[in-house]
Amino acid sequence: MSRHSPDFHPALRALHWLMAAAVLAMLFIGVGMVSTTGTAYVTLLALHRPLGIAILLLVLLRLPLRIMTGAPALPDDLPRIQKRAAVASHILLYLAMAGMPFIGWAMLSAGGYPVLLTKSMALPAILPRDLALYAFLRQAHTVVALLFFALILAHLSAALMHGLIRRDGVLRSMTVGHRRAGVSPKQDDADD
Amino acid sequence: MPLKKRASSGAFALIGAIVVLLVGAFAWAAGWIGPRRISGGDVTRALEYNGGGSKPGYRRAHAKGLCFTGSFTANGAGSALSDASIFKSGRYPVIGRFSVAGGNPLASDGRNVFHSMALVLKSPDGQEWRLAMDHTPIFPVADIASFIALQRASKPDPATGKPDPAAMKPFLAAHPEVKAFQDYMAKAVLPGSFATATYYSINAFRFTGDRDVTRFVRWQFEPEASGPGLDKKHLELLPRDYLFNEMIARTAKVPSRWHLKLVVANPADVTDKATVAWTGPHRTIDAGTLAIDAVQSEEAGACRDVNFDPTILPPGIALSDDPLLAARSKAYSSSFTRRASEGAHPSAVGQDLTKERAR
Ligand code: HEM
Ligand code: HEM
Repeated sequence: MSRHSPDFHPALRALHWLMAAAVLAMLFIGVGMVSTTGTAYVTLLALHRPLGIAILLLVLLRLPLRIMTGAPALPDDLPRIQKRAAVASHILLYLAMAGMPFIGWAMLSAGGYPVLLTKSMALPAILPRDLALYAFLRQAHTVVALLFFALILAHLSAALMHGLIRRDGVLRSMTVGHRRAGVSPKQDDADD
Repeated sequence: MPLKKRASSGAFALIGAIVVLLVGAFAWAAGWIGPRRISGGDVTRALEYNGGGSKPGYRRAHAKGLCFTGSFTANGAGSALSDASIFKSGRYPVIGRFSVAGGNPLASDGRNVFHSMALVLKSPDGQEWRLAMDHTPIFPVADIASFIALQRASKPDPATGKPDPAAMKPFLAAHPEVKAFQDYMAKAVLPGSFATATYYSINAFRFTGDRDVTRFVRWQFEPEASGPGLDKKHLELLPRDYLFNEMIARTAKVPSRWHLKLVVANPADVTDKATVAWTGPHRTIDAGTLAIDAVQSEEAGACRDVNFDPTILPPGIALSDDPLLAARSKAYSSSFTRRASEGAHPSAVGQDLTKERAR
């Protein structure tokens, strides 16, 4: 799964930033809408469902692309434990990205709600009506969302640590990339 | 070397600042910090307070209910106002729930409170319309803050069964609309049967029909059956489940019918205040007939586990500018999630049936 280029595939980089914005927006929309009985509740919820399902579709595109195109190797001097942590956190991020929309869809199904994407388009139920199941999934939607946000903060801090402190090209591999072909990440760190 | 060190401590500070900023923004979005918002939990807490504590497993309002099934036969006339498929001529299955207001699932029916009907209308193409209606054309409050204040002020004193005047007096002085509603309730007929009540949307909605014309509409289900109201002077004499048992007995003999009347707003009508009635002549369309031919206890029926959220609407019907609608949606959701996690408990009608069978 390792990749020859020092950078992620350009399509994967585009998807990464698109989804980063979408997921952060969803987390803020989610906690924001449930905090109020104002009109923002219905307005934001009507946005929350289709945007969440869009994230599910994007992750279904992104994961195969990631598996096919691989990831650039992490710097040799990175401690093993950090490499392991990086891999594990990335797996968790993918799980959360796919899991959150699935939980949302499943919980509305179990609650007997129509899963409306637009006023006239609804998804089929993926679970039978079952209030105990609804209650469990509704709780999971909150807990996983908060863990997801914490994970994103850790991920962002680590990325900035690579970019601003270690300056080892890891951040660049997901942003603008290393301009000249064949330059190893180590030598090209000056303006990371 | 010192240069590099300074640079990296600056970088650490920057990273820390970004994280703190994000956490702060998240906490603000969630309402954990910053100006106070009214949440769904605030509403369910106020309802529980009014009822003298929470009744786990039950709806936080309209806790006492009875399920029913039947059909809605559209005559096609409603299509003049809305594109919703349910208005196209045809017969559509219906489930629903009768209820009386209040958070006590075993309360007596002998109270001058809302008698209510909730419905799920589905058309074969998958469109869904959920309705929750009361037997009055207006509501006591127009906004959620007043609703919460009303629940707090009107909590019955266990000794007298009446609200504490020390709380109620100043509240009514500040809320003439609630006073007006109470005066209305004191005079109005309290229906003697679920089958003889008119059920009102109260809130206005936006109907959009052909050529994309949008109109404000309130609707009401008008009964075919008629009968005397309850004797409001002697409500305490009624058996606890009088209304429910009357409906069960009636439905065993005859189905009950209502006409769905769509009332189109006149230009001067108030659409964002559920406290204000629409008076005078109005363009009114009879869109079809609701027939209820079977009732079931909540244990046996399909209505208990439904959230009759009035913002679940088909294309062709949308929310109006009435702020109560969003507030209801969130409050119903919070109530639904709470009772779902607590697990369902026996209903009054279910208890009656069990007792009867034991006899
Ligand atoms: C990446 C995807 C998603 C994220 C990050 C996300 C995040 C959130 C968050 C943070 C909340 C607030 C939880 C709380 O504080 O209690 C929430 C609530 C909710 N989400 Fe999502 N969500 C996602 C996808 C979905 C999807 C796909 C659906 C439905 C199709 C959905 C439906 C809901 C509903 C119905 C609520 C609760 C409304 C209520 O209880 O009143 N979510 N979501
Ligand atoms: C701010 C105003 C209102 C609040 C906060 C409120 C709150 C609630 C709550 C918490 C429930 C229980 C929901 C559940 O657990 O499924 C409920 C049920 C109900 N409400 Fe309201 N309500 C409001 C206004 C209205 C209005 C204006 C109407 C009539 C037009 C209405 C009619 C009903 C009915 C019929 C039910 C019972 C539905 C069923 O059988 O499940 N409510 N309400």
